Amino acid sequence: MINLASRDILHSWGKFVFTGAGLGLLIGVTLTMAGVYRGMVDDARAMIDNAGADLWVVQQDTLGPYAEPSSIHDDVARDLLGQAGVLAVGNVAYLTMQIQQQGGKDVRVMLVGIEQGLPGEPAYLVAGRPITHTHYEALADIKTGLTLGERIQIRRHAYTVVGITQRMVSSSGDPMVFVPLKDAQEVQFLKDNDALLNERARTALNPAFNRVPGLLDTVLAGQASSHMVNAVLVRIKAGHDVQEVASQIRRWKHLQAYSREQMEEILVAKLIATSAKQIFMFLVILSIVSAAIVAFIIYTMTMNKIREIAVLKLVGAGNQTISGMILQQALGLGLIGFVVGKTAATLWAPLFPKYVLLIPGDAIRGFILVMLMCSLASIFAIRAALKIDPATAIGG
Amino acid sequence: MRVPAIHIENLTKRYGEGNTAVDALKGVDMTIWPGEVVGLVGPSGSGKSTLLKCLGAVIEPTSGKMQLGGETIFEGAWKIDDLRTLRRDRIGFVFQAPYLIPFLDVTDNIALLPMLAGVSNTQARTRARELLEALDVGHRARAQVSELSGGEQQRVSIARALANHPPIILADEPTAPLDSERALTVMRILNQMAQQYQTAIIVVTHDEKIIPIFKRIYHIRDGRTYEEAGEGRDA
Repeated sequence: MINLASRDILHSWGKFVFTGAGLGLLIGVTLTMAGVYRGMVDDARAMIDNAGADLWVVQQDTLGPYAEPSSIHDDVARDLLGQAGVLAVGNVAYLTMQIQQQGGKDVRVMLVGIEQGLPGEPAYLVAGRPITHTHYEALADIKTGLTLGERIQIRRHAYTVVGITQRMVSSSGDPMVFVPLKDAQEVQFLKDNDALLNERARTALNPAFNRVPGLLDTVLAGQASSHMVNAVLVRIKAGHDVQEVASQIRRWKHLQAYSREQMEEILVAKLIATSAKQIFMFLVILSIVSAAIVAFIIYTMTMNKIREIAVLKLVGAGNQTISGMILQQALGLGLIGFVVGKTAATLWAPLFPKYVLLIPGDAIRGFILVMLMCSLASIFAIRAALKIDPATAIGG
Repeated sequence: MRVPAIHIENLTKRYGEGNTAVDALKGVDMTIWPGEVVGLVGPSGSGKSTLLKCLGAVIEPTSGKMQLGGETIFEGAWKIDDLRTLRRDRIGFVFQAPYLIPFLDVTDNIALLPMLAGVSNTQARTRARELLEALDVGHRARAQVSELSGGEQQRVSIARALANHPPIILADEPTAPLDSERALTVMRILNQMAQQYQTAIIVVTHDEKIIPIFKRIYHIRDGRTYEEAGEGRDA
């Protein structure tokens, strides 16, 4: 038996391909939206993996350091190191800010203060070397566009990029720049010169600090330095239970400790949950729009063939033959659309400023959804075609 | 005993109900024998198309008897699928416009019908090519429909009507869009096919130039038929 659908497609392939391409771009946008969501989740997971920690110790009653502000003293790390089961600890400070490249171009980054050789330091570099100096050296993610040896201005000081990392981004997709912890603390907690002068003058005028000799100097010295960090990253010794260590920290140190799974839950289920819902809504709307467009196209194509369908019915073609032709055309359109959409999404995904992760599973789900959508969309056209009276061919 | 290809008695067809009812056929009688080419002539609105639709098993008559090849149609439990099979296997259609399927080539336009009847693709295409040769359009076998002239398209549509070797062909003004020469050629072909395959052919027409060709003519007026012997000269 002749495949009527394929013959019709071949006969008017130009119209079919252009229609499929238009639909494909819409499918491409849908796949990209799914990729944006996957990218957000992957960014969050990458950030957790790259931290190289088993536990995140943060301020009590907070979801810090990524989802809520958290501030703890940096000497907490020393206490934690004495805790049973703790292998290594590293203080980290996080700050999202704009930094200036040499050419004056601004880059939005997450500035991370790390301690050399301790948890929090990037696990690998794609170029350059780790930070070896105690001040003014930086490691930058490749997405910042910074290059080795480039000088960047962060607040009052210039830093030299000595190493390049990859896939080191915040949960909101901002690339990370790593600097020594002390530098990050200064950037994060210290004020500009004018503010410092103003603060000192205010403190000096306070009679309470002038009653005891030397008290004012001590207070002023305290204002000029910071020993706070956002979190302490803890690595657990092999054979020790993470939850047990976390429970001990929570109980005795009056701090909050999150395991890797809990941190992932906070990032994926809480921090990016609203964005995910937003993207899901877009996906739903795009799917409905795509289905409506397919239905309209297939319906129009079928209605343009009323006379041919009437003749086919008159000469004895069964409902199955007519329905099969329309369904196969709808599926053909969906197939062309999917191929175009997948290709388009793959081509334009790297151009997006944030990470777009296109995974084969989503592509397979997308393909099934498109085919299902096309099948459902063809129902209207099939219904209309089956209602065509074969007598239409005779006229009169 | 010789069985007529078409035999109808007192056939009526009413559209609508009550005050708006229209009697398109008011008691038509007709008998056509295998191998005959009969004209059905009448003005617009006389009931020609309704009669053709009844004969083509497309619409059900309101009352009367209709036999095709001795089998009574629409009596008892005739299902839609039975009528579809009847149309496919026992009735060929030729329309005023050829109504060929534009996305199939000439051969497949004809071969489609045997294929629908379950004939293999190879056999169906062989049969199609034989018919095209018989109708002098064998050289256009692989052509697209849009590449054919009006006359060629009409010949292909006749070949399509003959594809399943039906005992009956219903031709609805097949010469209307053609000039005299081509119209006479089409009629010659229909006569030839009727002789060759013993097919009963009803040609609905009000084309004056072909009316003298018929040996028998049924005039239809106000839903009733009147038989007349034609001149019956060859085309």
